[in-house]
Amino acid sequence: MELFTNQVLAGIATGAIYACMALAVVMIYQAIDHLNFAQGEMAMFSTFISWQLMQWGIPYWWAFLATLIISFGGGILIERLLFKPLAKAPILTNVAGFIALFAIVNSVAGLIWDFTIKQYPSPFGSSPFLGSQLISTHQAGMIGVTLLLLILLFLFFQYTRIGLAMRAAASLPESARLVGINTSWMIALGWGMATAIGAIAGILIAPVVFLEPNMMGGVLIYGFAAAVLGGLTSPLGAVLGGFLVGVFENLAGTYIPGVGNELKLPIALALIITVLVVKPAGLLGRPIVKRV
Amino acid sequence: MPAPLRTAALGAAAAVFVFVSGSAFAQKKYDTGATDTEVKIGHIVPYSGPASAYGIIGKTEEAYFKMINENGGINGRKIKFISYDDAYSPPKAVEQVRKLVESDEVLVVFNALGTPSNTAIQKYLNSKKVPQLFVATGATKWNDPTHFPWTIGWQPSYQSEARIYAKFLMKEKPDAKIAVLYQNDDFGKDYLKGLKDGFAGKTSAIIAEESYEVSEPTIDNHIVKLKATGADVLISITTPKFAAQTIKKMAEIDWKALQIVANVSTSVGAVMKPAGFENGQGVLSAHYAKDAGDAQWKDDPGMKKFLAFLDKHYPDADRSNSQVIYGYGAAQTMTKILEMCGDDLTRANIMKQAADLKDFTPDTLLPGVKLNTSATDFAPIEQLQMMRFKGEKWEMFGDVISGEAATH
Amino acid sequence: MSAVEEVVTEAPAVEAVPKRAMTLGLGTSLVVLAALVIAPLFVKNFIIFQMTMLLIYALAVLALNILTGGSGQFSLGQSAFYAVGAYTSAILMEHVGMNYALTLPIAGIICFAFGFVFGQPALRLSGVYLALATFALAVAMPQLLKLGFFEHWTGGVQGLVVTKPDAPFGLPMSQDMWLYYFTLVIGVGIYIASVNLLRSRSGRAFMAIRDNEIAASAMGVDVALYKTLAFGVSAGITGVAGGLGAIAVQFVAPDGYTITLAISLFLGMVVGGVGWLPGSIVGSAFIIFVPNIAEGISKGLSGAVFGVLLFLVIFLVPHGARQVAMVAQQMLGKLKKN
Repeated sequence: MELFTNQVLAGIATGAIYACMALAVVMIYQAIDHLNFAQGEMAMFSTFISWQLMQWGIPYWWAFLATLIISFGGGILIERLLFKPLAKAPILTNVAGFIALFAIVNSVAGLIWDFTIKQYPSPFGSSPFLGSQLISTHQAGMIGVTLLLLILLFLFFQYTRIGLAMRAAASLPESARLVGINTSWMIALGWGMATAIGAIAGILIAPVVFLEPNMMGGVLIYGFAAAVLGGLTSPLGAVLGGFLVGVFENLAGTYIPGVGNELKLPIALALIITVLVVKPAGLLGRPIVKRV
Repeated sequence: MPAPLRTAALGAAAAVFVFVSGSAFAQKKYDTGATDTEVKIGHIVPYSGPASAYGIIGKTEEAYFKMINENGGINGRKIKFISYDDAYSPPKAVEQVRKLVESDEVLVVFNALGTPSNTAIQKYLNSKKVPQLFVATGATKWNDPTHFPWTIGWQPSYQSEARIYAKFLMKEKPDAKIAVLYQNDDFGKDYLKGLKDGFAGKTSAIIAEESYEVSEPTIDNHIVKLKATGADVLISITTPKFAAQTIKKMAEIDWKALQIVANVSTSVGAVMKPAGFENGQGVLSAHYAKDAGDAQWKDDPGMKKFLAFLDKHYPDADRSNSQVIYGYGAAQTMTKILEMCGDDLTRANIMKQAADLKDFTPDTLLPGVKLNTSATDFAPIEQLQMMRFKGEKWEMFGDVISGEAATH
Repeated sequence: MSAVEEVVTEAPAVEAVPKRAMTLGLGTSLVVLAALVIAPLFVKNFIIFQMTMLLIYALAVLALNILTGGSGQFSLGQSAFYAVGAYTSAILMEHVGMNYALTLPIAGIICFAFGFVFGQPALRLSGVYLALATFALAVAMPQLLKLGFFEHWTGGVQGLVVTKPDAPFGLPMSQDMWLYYFTLVIGVGIYIASVNLLRSRSGRAFMAIRDNEIAASAMGVDVALYKTLAFGVSAGITGVAGGLGAIAVQFVAPDGYTITLAISLFLGMVVGGVGWLPGSIVGSAFIIFVPNIAEGISKGLSGAVFGVLLFLVIFLVPHGARQVAMVAQQMLGKLKKN
């Protein structure tokens, strides 16, 4: 029983990482109806920017704020320069664009900061949380920040005009334009917000996994998986999905004999596909109805 | 294999040319890739993709050969170092090596990195009789002159290192309860085999084995699981990022076990510092080379030469990154072989010289560690010395131990 | 807030390629074929090897074109089928001693079955969800190949070394050249079969599903059957390509079949022109040669250079090589008129 609780708690701790990333994924999906493969790399780049600012002597919270602003602006810039011209191109071409962006960001980060791992500070410290040997204060802080972000996003989408406008622009662009919403700028705004959230995710994740250009590679697939599991239209679902994936993966690794450990990721992914087959919109997503 | 007529004709013409030139320049013998003025050395390493952290080895070696050229080359010949990116993918490695051999016409393929890539090219290079020199991986299988006479390793094999740890534990901590965390690839599995061989007869000492995948973002939950087994020794067969995570997590969850970390992850700059010096106190490992970030070698002549080389030819290098000093040592060994060849730069002679190293000591190896090869021993470095992390550096202790297996 | 999210079906995710434009004209095809036949006689073995890989990846991209361009199903998981084909060939050749040529149809059939079976749960998924499911398959495959359980057959992490066949009947050509012509014959055969498939009734069913699945089913097309069939055919062709790849590279290992391969094949399809079968070879050339060019320009920034080049291509020709061919055709048409 103790092993079970341990693994569940450890799973929640890892799941917080996935949940963070999943929020950024949901954010971009709300804006553009696609998954952006370069999301993880952009988050990594933002984290490096904050690291560099701290190397230059800027205190943590100022660096954090500056990075958020830079990321927000950067996201909008990338969308306006690189993806607005592709708006009329087929979706698959846009996906190719995401892949190209991934390659560029990863490579440039490697050139500027090289591939050795760097230590990244945590504002929450890393001592055991409440005396528990399993969750450190940082991981607890990570869960807390993720939940806070979740609440903020929920309020944004539900109760602000811009949030509503963004949702309208993403799902019913024609109708949105008819009521005067500038759908083009909604997309740019979505990119900016997604990049900023990604930066927060990266800043939270780096203390645990260590900062290096390839740090988000593994995390991104988990982020996608968590977001899809929870429902791509639901931030709450994304967070829930993240925790569920983390816990399930750990339990699978511990209790499925023989191959459980080696097949942790495939098993987690198989779970998600199974859920999708039963509930195609994810656990908390709203079913999508297509009018023919 | 039947060659097209065209190639046969070309070959005959080439043979005549060589014969003629051979008689004109007596005693000089060349294979493709070597001339009076130039020797071409081929190289592959991941410059992109998941293993790009190793690209720095290629950059170091390029700088080293540039230095050699500036000092007049080897026996009057300049080195042309041609290095390609294999992105740690075996098909790409095959493509790049074929390019090196057939298009760039190099004399040898040197210090190719990674077991998958080297396995992919081993048969090809041996069938083409092109030396596959000083392979940059510790897999044990490169020491096989009977089946692969053109392939030779360099660094101590993972199994020999693991056997040293097993020996140490059996002597110092005979009642230890050992947990092993290993990377689930041939690096990790090779080590694990060496450990089990080393513990032969007493494998019950290993009470838990836990593998992890390189694709996992963090291995924290594995550490948690292993702590629950009650082990008091953890052998961490991990690459740098995961080694650092392990050290950090063990401190976080207050697991006071003796930790032994694999040699590939002992870099002060790349592992111990990010993990936190205070967390790494007492960690054990073994090494065969000096760490440039370690002040104890300040006045060592070999280290001074290495640092001077960096100052002049590769000033941006991160000195505390052990890949840099690794590249230097391997390149120096390559240079030595070419020197030993004199004017006989045939591939056969290169292998002959490579199999004839006697107590060769590059600048960067620990005092007491020497390279030795013979016709039946294609493992140049087999010695390691144990070390303990104290303060902000590694302290060597004990004797230089040989990790040779009892039987081959 | 409604309980259900409404989405108006706009343009289909994968756009239609008019049937006439699906292939090159007969004249152009013959010229290309002639070039492919004659070229190896003038170049070194290494270039022949690269050309063989070109054909092999073109086959894999062709398969993806049938699946995505033909039936409108996204797949980021082709590397999984490629790997299964490669390992099937390798295992049959090395453990069972089978002749290399026989392993290919077996690899094809096994992969067809694999694809067909995978197509079943994929039925309920579309768009981004299907992409994720196939992505998951591609990520899982190297893990499965490394499993200790299969290690005796697959060689585990170490992989399997494969013996390259000699030219039969003592023909005076190198192994590389023989393999090239062998691959060319198979490639042309599959290409012709694929074109016929897309022009047939099944092909029309695929395209109907791609353009509007609901309407197709309303018209009586057995959507489930054709969607899984498309997956099966695509997987089968990719499997044959994988088998050929194993023989050409002479080595199979889990690290050679990662998600990077799946993404490369996807890029090849986009650059060549989605749904345009002849574009497969253009896409294949892109994914083989452009990374080398990028590396030549800058070793440290090879990824960035590749990304920039890719962006250039998709900005200039968002519809891939098909767009270039269409423009060329229009210009030729104008020239003929004058």
